[in-house]
Amino acid sequence: MRRHLTNILLPAATGSLMIALWYLLRHGLSEDYKFLLPTPDEIITALRTNSEILTRAIINTTEGALLGFGLAIVVSFTCALLMSLSSLIRVSLYPYLMILQMTPIIIFAPILILWVGPGLKSVVVITFLICFFPLVVNTTQGLISTDRNLVELFQMYRASKWQQIKLLRIPAALPYFFTGLRIAAVLAPIGALVGDYTAGSSAGNGGGLGFQAIIYSSQAKYPALFATAAVTCALGFIFVAGVLALSWLALHKWHDSYQRSDN
Amino acid sequence: MPAVSPIVEFQSVAKRYGDGPLILDAINLQANPGDFISLIGPSGCGKSTLLRLIAGLNPVSGGSIRIAGRSPEEASAELAFVFQEPTLLPWLTVAANVDLPQKLRGLAAVERTAATEQALALVKLDGKQRAYPRQLSGGQKMRVSIARALTLNPKILLLDEPFGALDEMTREHLNEELLTIRAQQAWTAFFVTHSVAEAVFLSNRILVMSANPGRIAHDITVDLPTERTNDTRLTRPYQEQVAEVSRLLRSVEET
Repeated sequence: MRRHLTNILLPAATGSLMIALWYLLRHGLSEDYKFLLPTPDEIITALRTNSEILTRAIINTTEGALLGFGLAIVVSFTCALLMSLSSLIRVSLYPYLMILQMTPIIIFAPILILWVGPGLKSVVVITFLICFFPLVVNTTQGLISTDRNLVELFQMYRASKWQQIKLLRIPAALPYFFTGLRIAAVLAPIGALVGDYTAGSSAGNGGGLGFQAIIYSSQAKYPALFATAAVTCALGFIFVAGVLALSWLALHKWHDSYQRSDN
Repeated sequence: MPAVSPIVEFQSVAKRYGDGPLILDAINLQANPGDFISLIGPSGCGKSTLLRLIAGLNPVSGGSIRIAGRSPEEASAELAFVFQEPTLLPWLTVAANVDLPQKLRGLAAVERTAATEQALALVKLDGKQRAYPRQLSGGQKMRVSIARALTLNPKILLLDEPFGALDEMTREHLNEELLTIRAQQAWTAFFVTHSVAEAVFLSNRILVMSANPGRIAHDITVDLPTERTNDTRLTRPYQEQVAEVSRLLRSVEET
């Protein structure tokens, strides 16, 4: 109980201290520069006054993030399955996956707009590219790391290749898959935001959060800009929480990582 | 009285992995139905390899193995393997783990459920159907592994040092339970162990193997009553047999 309280009280105290410092810092600024650091209450007010625009932007960004994230899951899982089945395919593709990971997607954003057109499609492609790598690498690793004894058990009972994949390799790879999914869930809203920023001017009805950030920045509406950052942060939390919930549902009954919390 | 046909027959079997040294050489062996044969010998003498050859998990490099007149691959439906580790699928419940071999073989669900319940009752785990492997002790996990092997009513049970990681008391209990199960089912067993006492307690034959390459150095008939209990361990014939097998094992290790 005491530990539980500490876990709540300590972060709350740290948060309060940071907000106090924020106000102090703002107070210390000269009148000419106060606009550069809006206070939390100004941000909340901006959140209220811009709620209609921000809600629309959240919906647009979430749509792009979810579609890109979903596409990355499907494509990466298919690739991982193919790479786990054939070391030739794995050896052939792996260097290029590394190159894809090392390439700063933002450099390609302008050309992507020309390839697939501005708006939602570009946002989805950019989100997909950012989420794809951690998913494919972790899932492949999981699919090829199946316990050798379990593989021999299936061989002993003359299991078909498909039975081995469905009943053994895929369930055994789930912890790895969810590790990749957690990383991708953090990246998905960021990817969508980058997409909005560079290509999302006509995404849906009025653009997403990235596009809105550009508008507020150009209009020097800094409290609204901070409010946009806050809702983006909240969107990231929702994505991660969703993945953590899925991970819990799939793993908590049997995987060691949940043992302590259950026992 | 007609001669009994061997259920497992090795003829001049040799095994090497790739271009490596011979692991097994000149193995000639006949096992009769109902035999409980323990394999004992120094580490690296090829005991586990011999089991894997019977299971068809690895091919022989020379000679032949016949199981009731067929190759190990052809006879796979007659075989079950209990590995050193329990090798349970952690995401499946105890019942689903025991059900697995039947599911892989495509048996009907009704038939499977009955066999699973029966196998779990045999290993005294009938209250643990819905538990997950991580909720079980080491001994219980191994019981599940044995139950899984028994669901397909194998003619030959291959056990690769299944109780090696368990404490002495659990091991003795499981030895007694294994004999109780065997009294109800008519399988032939090949049992790899490092424990002479365990080998003598369980077996009617013990093969003492020598290493480099692995060969059968001694084929010992265990001269004890078929029915064995914890009291058997206190009898003089049992202790003399343990002493004799230990002496032969030491002589093999010293050469």
